[in-house]
Amino acid sequence: MIGRIVASALACLAALAPAGWAGDWDAVLAEARGQTVYWHAWGGDPKINAFIDWVGEQAEARHGVTLQQVKLADTTDAVARVLAEKQAGRTEGGAVDLIWINGENFAAMKARGLLSAPFAESLPNWRFVHVTGKPAVVTDFTEPTGGLESPWAMAQLVFEYDSARLAGPPRTLDALLDWIRANPGRFTYPQPPDYLGTTFLKQVLIGLAEDPAVLQKPVDPASYDRITAPLWQWLDAATPHLWREGRAYPANEPALGQLLADGEVAIAFAFNPGRASAAIAAGELADSVRTFVLEGGTIGNASFVAIPFNAAHEAGAKVIANLLLDPGVQARAQDPAVLGFQTVLDLDALPEADRARFQALDLGVATLGPAELGPALLEPHASWMDRIAEDWTRRYGTAR
Amino acid sequence: MTAAGGGLLRQAPRLTLLLVTGPVLAGVAGTVAPAFGLGERPGLDAFRALAGWPGLGAAVRLSVTTGLVSTVLALGLTLLILALLPGSRAFRATLRLLSPLLSVPHAAVALGLAFLIAPSGWIARALSPWATGWTEPPDLLTLNDPWGLALVAGLVAKEVPFLLLMSLAALPQTDAARRTVLAASLGYGRMAGWVFGVLPALYRQIRLPVYAVLAYSMTAVEMAMILGPTRPPTLSVQVALWMADPALAERGRAAAAALLQLGLVAAALAGWCAAEVAARRLLVAGAVAGLRGARLDALLRPLALGGAGLVVAAVGLGLGGLALWSVAGLWSFPDALPSAFSLRTWAAAAPDLAGRTVLTLGIAAATAGIALALALACLEAEARHGLRPSPAAMAALYLPLIVPQVAFLPGLQVAALGLGLDGSAVAVAAVHLVFVLPYVFLSLSAPYRAWDGRIATAAATLGATPGRIFWRLRLPMLLRPVLTALAVGAAVSVGQYLPTLLIGGGRVATLTTEAVALASGGNRRIVGTYALLQMVLPAAGFALALMLPALAFRHRRGMAAA
Repeated sequence: MIGRIVASALACLAALAPAGWAGDWDAVLAEARGQTVYWHAWGGDPKINAFIDWVGEQAEARHGVTLQQVKLADTTDAVARVLAEKQAGRTEGGAVDLIWINGENFAAMKARGLLSAPFAESLPNWRFVHVTGKPAVVTDFTEPTGGLESPWAMAQLVFEYDSARLAGPPRTLDALLDWIRANPGRFTYPQPPDYLGTTFLKQVLIGLAEDPAVLQKPVDPASYDRITAPLWQWLDAATPHLWREGRAYPANEPALGQLLADGEVAIAFAFNPGRASAAIAAGELADSVRTFVLEGGTIGNASFVAIPFNAAHEAGAKVIANLLLDPGVQARAQDPAVLGFQTVLDLDALPEADRARFQALDLGVATLGPAELGPALLEPHASWMDRIAEDWTRRYGTAR
Repeated sequence: MTAAGGGLLRQAPRLTLLLVTGPVLAGVAGTVAPAFGLGERPGLDAFRALAGWPGLGAAVRLSVTTGLVSTVLALGLTLLILALLPGSRAFRATLRLLSPLLSVPHAAVALGLAFLIAPSGWIARALSPWATGWTEPPDLLTLNDPWGLALVAGLVAKEVPFLLLMSLAALPQTDAARRTVLAASLGYGRMAGWVFGVLPALYRQIRLPVYAVLAYSMTAVEMAMILGPTRPPTLSVQVALWMADPALAERGRAAAAALLQLGLVAAALAGWCAAEVAARRLLVAGAVAGLRGARLDALLRPLALGGAGLVVAAVGLGLGGLALWSVAGLWSFPDALPSAFSLRTWAAAAPDLAGRTVLTLGIAAATAGIALALALACLEAEARHGLRPSPAAMAALYLPLIVPQVAFLPGLQVAALGLGLDGSAVAVAAVHLVFVLPYVFLSLSAPYRAWDGRIATAAATLGATPGRIFWRLRLPMLLRPVLTALAVGAAVSVGQYLPTLLIGGGRVATLTTEAVALASGGNRRIVGTYALLQMVLPAAGFALALMLPALAFRHRRGMAAA
């Protein structure tokens, strides 16, 4: 009995102290050496692809792990791939080692048992992750991650505008609606069910809902109409004054960004507070573009990596996931000249030298500081996304 | 040729059919199953869900109208060009531009065209603000219009070069030059003489390419995503969107829609065949009535010139715009040119390019070569053993072109996984063969069958063996269509996206998988870079297909192209 208590106490201690895992982690490192990790990640942004290449160089130099990015047009391609492998009975040696994922894709993989055993919280660099200050790193669209995925970047919805054409941007939903009416054809959003377009709808819903807390629970059909009524009223009022009078919508975030660059819209938005600065640095956006957030905060979430149940190179994938949490790698991702992604780490938990790297970063001309960025609101339950997108298609997605 | 060899040759058609239909049928079976809920809950739920989608009627209407209208326009323009322009400077210029135009990937043509005609596009920039007064882009619906006009324009621009090349390969077998001279001597106008004298022989040979164009236009995904309407999109785009649904919950509805799409294509093809019969009656009636149509030429010639010019300009300027974007720094409205230039896009892309190019080229060469060998074996077996392919066999051969890709690739992927046949360049080449073979056969069969058999008879009476007739007479005389078929095959292989991604498991990264992944980000700079490269490979092939015969036959007047 005493033996068992001591054993479980020791186990608790081991779980608390990262050093207790050093032996296991050494085994992981040894197994990973020489492996080639296939990371399935959306490939639509050359800046992100270049960053992943750089991570690969680091992995090769530090751990002898080769990283190969499989560039996807859509993350679902990788989810479907793992599902197809499961259906075909391939329980090991799968094609996908690591997958950039969050939200619905994660929920789908978790629900269908397509993910490996929990691994994230046993990574040595997990101790730096800002779990208390950034709840989104362990709650993915209200779905507890349970260590099945490891965060690597924070995202928050920010609006972008050209300060040369627009002096004071509207900072509330009411002001935005007035501005849209006064400036017909200069605002739009990606067509739901696109991720960013649906996020905008959720942002409006949170901003107008009497009690946003109900959005953290699954949709209740009985109260759905009442809760979403303000959203549809807002959209009904805005739609005739949208870009192309709401007769066409851009496809996704890059398409919306292109409209801002082309001057077709005057206000756009992105799920990356550093996107505008990074695009300005790359010569893709006028240097008069600035960002702003709505009063009361905007939706934030985290990007994760997960390992499928049948990954051929699980050890190598863990090494990459851990490397992505490395303070040096996180600081590079936050550099607007590289990506401008927000870190998932707790700067106060970092050693002095690592903290200095973040503080030395020039966030860029258009990026808001942490104080100006305001609170990051938690994503509603994933069922809201589906239901709202479906409803949107019925109301606005087919020609009337 | 030994008896065993002859036996083997005789089996070629059967083997080829098996190679093409096997994967398609296996894939369709794998797709039909979810449509009827097999494996989970059998029933018609998926079809009910499809019927409940509010955009269904509009999406179906769009697929049918954009497909039919663009095919009619593309065919009409092709015939006008062929009838009225040969011998002119415009025709020679078009010929020279044909190969690069044909080999440009659909997505690149669409993106180029989109940048040209958008309210913030190149045309508006060139005219602003001095002519239009616009300092900001106007809010005009020139792209993604609800009628699909932009999509039709894109499809026409892409399909005219294809039909033109197919026709040029077939034309030498129609005796066009002598027939038009004869018609002219009887007082027919150029257009009328060509329509009565050459068109019947030509159309018989390009009928299958026309069907492929119709099927493609109705099911195009990348082009419709960029140029087509969005509320709702065409049915094929909606299928692709449902296939990509994160929750994987829309698979059943996507499968049901894919089957509906298949039915639509079949119905459109049937309608087209009926229209062919009606057109033939009209033609015969016109010929019997002795219509000379002498005044028609003056009326139609500007149309042919204008149409050809528009196609060349739209694709050429569009690609020029993308090429410019690939070296552009900041380029804001209404600047007609970028305010800064930079090579950073090319520098960033450079490290990956060499390996991808070699792999893409290797797969294309292997697939096109095998497809050509099989097609030649089939056609030679036909010729030697007097076999005639049944209509059913011909239909089966064209299954991969007519069945929408989204309807059978996911099923095929599961089948390939089950057999452990995925993830390698060889597996990718094998699945490319399924798409390449019909195109190669399509572009080769008509000219092959139209070859004057009396030449073979004459050679045989002089003691030549069938093998010698094939190698020394038939193949050299058919050099132009053979090389064209090879180039078409290579271009088709280079252009494959979904099959490469699904069967390659993402491990086989070609220029196209890269380009489409990058195009999903809509970044014109990087898309311009890849589009140019992706164009260079097949363009080189087509240039060779046009130049080599010209070189080989420079002293053979009867083998000249036009």
